[in-house]
Amino acid sequence: MIGSWVHTAPTITAAFLASLVEAVEALTIVLAVATVRGWRPAGLGALAGLLVLVLIVTILGPLLDRVPLHLLQLAIGVLLLLFGMRWLRKAILRSAGVIPLHDEAKAYATETAELREQARRHEARLDWLAGLASFKAVVLEGLEVVFIVIAVSAGRGLLIPAGAGAITACLLVAGVGLVVHRPLARVPENTLKFAVGVMLSAFGIFWTGEGLGVAWPGGDLAIVACAALFLGVGLAAVTLIRRPNAEALP
Amino acid sequence: MNSLWAVLRELAGLFIDDGSLVLQIVVVILCASISSILLPDIPLAAGGILLFGCLGALFVNVKTTARR
Repeated sequence: MIGSWVHTAPTITAAFLASLVEAVEALTIVLAVATVRGWRPAGLGALAGLLVLVLIVTILGPLLDRVPLHLLQLAIGVLLLLFGMRWLRKAILRSAGVIPLHDEAKAYATETAELREQARRHEARLDWLAGLASFKAVVLEGLEVVFIVIAVSAGRGLLIPAGAGAITACLLVAGVGLVVHRPLARVPENTLKFAVGVMLSAFGIFWTGEGLGVAWPGGDLAIVACAALFLGVGLAAVTLIRRPNAEALP
Repeated sequence: MNSLWAVLRELAGLFIDDGSLVLQIVVVILCASISSILLPDIPLAAGGILLFGCLGALFVNVKTTARR
């Protein structure tokens, strides 16, 4: 029971937190589209994007069951390592003030200005262009969610709990976004990315090792140990390279 | 064609940000794979190479990036 929770809890948490970050980023673009051109193209574009994602999951899901487990673990482990360590690297550099923090308010302003400029040039096609921007944001951010959900749950029958975590996060962000009608700039995105980067990197090490035939001591508990080591190294790196004007990691 | 290329670039961008980190991770995975083939009786060796290799690669990468 404890063993099962040791694996299920990080899986759901990783899917939830990663989806929260991606949904916030997608919401920013959809809101920008809605502000410039109204909810119709924004909503239709987002809906079309969601349909494409459902189609991808429907096609890919059954195909994954046909891949031998060791090969699947190795392939997904390697991709998770690349994906997770990319997030963690960026989060470390942002926390240390080496690169600027991602700013949703700024992203919203940039997207709105871009759409207004497009409006000036192609007034007649603007609904189509605005819908496309909304569609693209949902598909691209959604693809990351789909990948994370499939990757953290692969081969362990945890697709439903991981999917539930991701859907909960997306509904939460969509609900809050609809109520406040503003980009969710106060979500501590870098801290979330740091945490998700740590978890995905730990999952990546675990799956890649399993794919290579490593018998991890403690079984699933090894994921927690790997996560603790990544967290420790990440925090140590932030302390070591921190620039004087950097914001502290909450 | 341009759109397809843009989509492929976006997809690759999900996994590849800093080329040198990707290269280091691939090298660590290759070393772990070789170790799992050459030392099948010590499967933890591959795990150790994988874990500490990736941690080292990450640490060195962020330190180098910060110094630039």
